[in-house]
Amino acid sequence: MHELSLAQDIVEIVYQNVPANEISRVKNIVIKVGEFSGVAADSLKFSFQAVTSKSELENTDLEIINTPFELKCNACGQTSSNEFGMMICTECGSNDTKTISGNELEVIEIKINSMEEVI
Amino acid sequence: MNVITIERKVLQKNDEIASKNRDLFKKNSLFTINIVSSPGSGKTRLVERTIEHLKNKIKFAVIEGDVQTDLDAQRVSGYNVPVVQIITNGACHLEANLVKDALQNLELEGKDLLIIENVGNLVCPAGYDLGEDHKVVIISVTEGDDKPLKYPKMFMNSKVLVINKIDLLPYVNCDIKVLRENALKMNPGLIVFETSCTTGEGIDKWCGYLLKNSHSERSEEQRNVEQSHRV
Repeated sequence: MHELSLAQDIVEIVYQNVPANEISRVKNIVIKVGEFSGVAADSLKFSFQAVTSKSELENTDLEIINTPFELKCNACGQTSSNEFGMMICTECGSNDTKTISGNELEVIEIKINSMEEVI
Repeated sequence: MNVITIERKVLQKNDEIASKNRDLFKKNSLFTINIVSSPGSGKTRLVERTIEHLKNKIKFAVIEGDVQTDLDAQRVSGYNVPVVQIITNGACHLEANLVKDALQNLELEGKDLLIIENVGNLVCPAGYDLGEDHKVVIISVTEGDDKPLKYPKMFMNSKVLVINKIDLLPYVNCDIKVLRENALKMNPGLIVFETSCTTGEGIDKWCGYLLKNSHSERSEEQRNVEQSHRV
């Protein structure tokens, strides 16, 4: 359910970063969504469509880059991953680990069509 | 095509407001916890038990979050503790700006511990910083020992785990050892307490933790001032 408020935050970020006269030409918004960010990509896309319906961003696509869950082990120095999000190194079994990827939820890029492309 | 590269966190606005809330809590030397759990795991009852146990030792302020009704605030106000109810009207989690608004109606000066009870939901509140010192996740034994595996982010993002309703262990299919192990797989640094709000078992240890942290929030200078007032 919180994807709806995240979609509203994304729209706000677009309005803060794109000049007003270019908003209707925004083609793509590129978002990085980590495997364990707690966000369902499909639900975020659906929510984005819902909040931008009949607005200047109606034809804008949300492009989602999924980033995998990855740990760095402080004990053996290896990078590993597991499907459960466990903070345990699969190489040596240590729990002295740090997440290096998989929690992201970021707007990376906004792609805007030029006037010529729109015409 | 023109490309604007921004690399901005989607929740940055929330995080900025949370940071201001945190500054305000620090200014008032408050220890602040954000209690998260599924609906019905005993958050409000634990808040009540905590107030009963510590009311003569520290001063509380409470923010209650629910989708509807002020039933929880009514319960807590029965303990003569300042409390504000946030009704989210459908939203599944509290956000920093809702807490900021609630703080307009809550006197923080002289308080030691601020308890924010989030909306019952083991998913969405995990991603939202409210300005708290840390999140406390509660799980009741009736929910089963596999929940940390199913809802990893909440356990990853909390510092304390309270396993509640332990008086019901003989009646439910929940292995508390497995529950602990599963939670620690998600977050090896979790501090774990086991409580029963019905029998009172474990409440003293949990409250000891809160007491220690609430007092350490008061600066040396403030303690000296308080000391001099006593003399």
